[in-house]
Amino acid sequence: MTEPMNTKAGWSRRDAMRLTAIGGLGLAAPNLLGRPAFGQTPPQKPTGRVVVGMSQEPTVLNPLMVKIEVDDGVHFSLFDALFRVDPKGVVQPNLAIEVPSQQNGGISQDGLQWRVKLRDNVRWHDGKPFTADDVKFTLELIVNPNFRSWRTLGHALVRDIKVVSPTEIQWRMEQPFSPYLSFLTETFIVPKHAFDGEADVNAAAFNRSPIGTGAFKFRNRVAGDHVELVANPNYFGEGPYLEQLIFKYIPDSTVLYTQLKSGDIDMIGQQYIPANYYEEAKKLPNLTVDKVLRSNIETIYFNLERPQFKDLVVRQAIYGAIDRKSIIDALYYGVPTAAETFMPKQSAYYNPNLPIQVYDPKKSAQILEQAGWKKGADGIRAKDGVRLSFNNSTTAGDQLREQLQQFVKQSLAEIGIEMKISNLPAAVIFGDFWQKSQFDTMVVGITYLIGGDPDVTNRFHSRASMAKGGRGSNTCQYNNPEVDKLLEKGTSTFDTDARRDIYRKVQEIVRQDLPFLPIYQSESVYGWKKKIQGFKANPNTRTESWDAAHWYWGA
Amino acid sequence: MRGFLLNRLFQSAVLLVIVSLIGFGTLSLMPGGPTAQYGLDPGMTQADLARLKQQLGLDRPLWIQYFDWAWRLLQGDWGRSFRDGTPVLSVIGRHIFATFLLMGTSTVIAIALGTWIGIRGATHRYSFFDYLGTIGAMIALSIPTFWFGLISIYFFTLKLGWLPAGNMYTIGDASVLDYAHHLIMPSLVLSLVHVAIWSRYMRTATLDALSQEFVKTARAKGASERRVLMKHVVGNALLPMIALAGVQLPSILTGALVTETVFTWPGIGRLFLDSLSYSDYPVVMGLLIFSAIIVIMGNLIADIMIAFVDPRIRLA
Repeated sequence: MTEPMNTKAGWSRRDAMRLTAIGGLGLAAPNLLGRPAFGQTPPQKPTGRVVVGMSQEPTVLNPLMVKIEVDDGVHFSLFDALFRVDPKGVVQPNLAIEVPSQQNGGISQDGLQWRVKLRDNVRWHDGKPFTADDVKFTLELIVNPNFRSWRTLGHALVRDIKVVSPTEIQWRMEQPFSPYLSFLTETFIVPKHAFDGEADVNAAAFNRSPIGTGAFKFRNRVAGDHVELVANPNYFGEGPYLEQLIFKYIPDSTVLYTQLKSGDIDMIGQQYIPANYYEEAKKLPNLTVDKVLRSNIETIYFNLERPQFKDLVVRQAIYGAIDRKSIIDALYYGVPTAAETFMPKQSAYYNPNLPIQVYDPKKSAQILEQAGWKKGADGIRAKDGVRLSFNNSTTAGDQLREQLQQFVKQSLAEIGIEMKISNLPAAVIFGDFWQKSQFDTMVVGITYLIGGDPDVTNRFHSRASMAKGGRGSNTCQYNNPEVDKLLEKGTSTFDTDARRDIYRKVQEIVRQDLPFLPIYQSESVYGWKKKIQGFKANPNTRTESWDAAHWYWGA
Repeated sequence: MRGFLLNRLFQSAVLLVIVSLIGFGTLSLMPGGPTAQYGLDPGMTQADLARLKQQLGLDRPLWIQYFDWAWRLLQGDWGRSFRDGTPVLSVIGRHIFATFLLMGTSTVIAIALGTWIGIRGATHRYSFFDYLGTIGAMIALSIPTFWFGLISIYFFTLKLGWLPAGNMYTIGDASVLDYAHHLIMPSLVLSLVHVAIWSRYMRTATLDALSQEFVKTARAKGASERRVLMKHVVGNALLPMIALAGVQLPSILTGALVTETVFTWPGIGRLFLDSLSYSDYPVVMGLLIFSAIIVIMGNLIADIMIAFVDPRIRLA
């Protein structure tokens, strides 16, 4: 207890009270709590290095180009967006100085005119000032038809972008679209000048040596191995406190965990600590290990256009025949939590009053019997010539999901339903097979929210099914006019309280209709060296490294 | 010799075309495709996926895609990676050093050790050493590399703390000594199997040479056993090994896949697997052509070398 900043005289009353509160436990088992957090302060100048290991390789350095989850950590560290979503799901200003709303006049009453005021003290990593022109360039680049951009949802509605001054930008929306605010938290701003004179935006030099405004600057990338970032001493916000931040690619998840144990990496990133090592990891002396809720919901997805699944009773019976608790405890080591809806529990829009699934195979058999699904000579139930037999698919080689399938197959066989397993590799299954609803049922983990916004039009609006000529991802082919109406209302409503009511209602109806069966909400087992301070998880982002600016090495 | 080379060159060109056709066909037969990985992204609409397909040129008929790719390749343009936009040749170039370093080291270990064990096993046939070598080789061949790698890490890193758990170098250090330190475990693990293979081949080849008439002649002329072995037996026993080396050359690209995964080694094997799972067609095709060229070259060099060391063979 002799850190320089931790002299007795320097302690405040609050510190003293905190000490009293945790003191008993802290004295009895000092290692249980690690070093008390109040003894730590960040260094005066950036020092030290943190290596984050991840089991997929971050390769996309231009944050607007089509990318996957694992690229996000690099982008959050190199770049800023207009806004950033905090761990509670509240949108905070980032490059903007305030979050526009109908109250403060940033968004017009009809929801069509947007005005964003920007910081005037921000510089790009190459020293040039950041201005509204960069924002305009970014929004235009995303919808440039030649540019291999990531999501265009929302951006495609933006019209008449006007730079009022270097610190103010305005645009008009083709239709009111409230989720756009959240989308902008994942839309990183890129410098206009970096693309001057580039003939092909997809092959621009920027895409290999990016320039951002973020807390860290790009140093280099060793393909197949790691991305190296260094502190940006001129960062406009708090931090960074680390001199170097490394994202290291370690292809196998067991090896990834082993390198965390051996100390080769300081923090474990995607896919985090495998659930089967959770108990062991908690006992490791030098690590902080924490379960963090993710937005991903593990489900059994129905293709509602298959004749077997048109009857709600069938979907209810299947749900009731699944012993969720055993699945979570036995297959997943008790790591995830049971879910009833697509909305993650940490969201402010989560509906806590939904009916809870009850495991009751007898009742399942009974309701099927009552609805006229009678067992045939082969022991499989059928009604009007439709046999209760179907395929179930998931990512081949995903051992846990394959075990889950076996478990469910067994349970369903007991009530006269035949489930056949037919799996496909990851690179195949999410192509047309998924997108064009060519499956019967699938075991699939889905993140429904974009930047924490509760809008699920893309998943559940009847016009969003590609198999029916739509352009969204309503792959279960769900069709409920009431939900359609609610979703339309939700995207044109800007008031948070009103939206909460809308999306809670949507969850209620979807829970009744069961277009998919929610099994559990994922939790990731994060792990990092005890001495790393300032780490905060944010379940509203896709990465653990959304806030590396605040990390530092404690004593 | 010139006729032989021209003939070989023509054969190689035909072979390359066939390889590229099969590769291209197989890739595009594989359902899913490069946009499948974004299929679960909540914000990627079907319109976005269709746009990407069009931007990547995947919406064109297959034969146009092939000829476009082949025409560019003939002009020296290998295309760019779908993942990070880097030219394919430079993607391969960035990974090849790691693979050569690992495979080079382990091949040297494997040949030196394997040759010695093989010759000694043959000259001391049915001795304790010979049995040990035989049993050792069987065990080495049947242990899965992945498992052996993990056990080594458990023992030498977690328990003893002698060697790093993997990686090619310590980020921020990267001195020659640091490379060497990191190279020890993966190269030994990788060479285990190769030592086994080499020692078995070498033993057989040596036994074969020992039973030849010229060995009897040499002994009858009063040459010392050492001279017989070094001058007559080993030289002849090595001949088939040159052919073996030529055939094994492509395994430099593929053979280290598992080792590269366990030890986080950023080499070609990993690149190939990653590119496949991302459906990064230009890189997969580039690697295919690249390894086909290496196979062809390996065999060609082996043929020439055999002719060089064995005057009985003429290339025509």
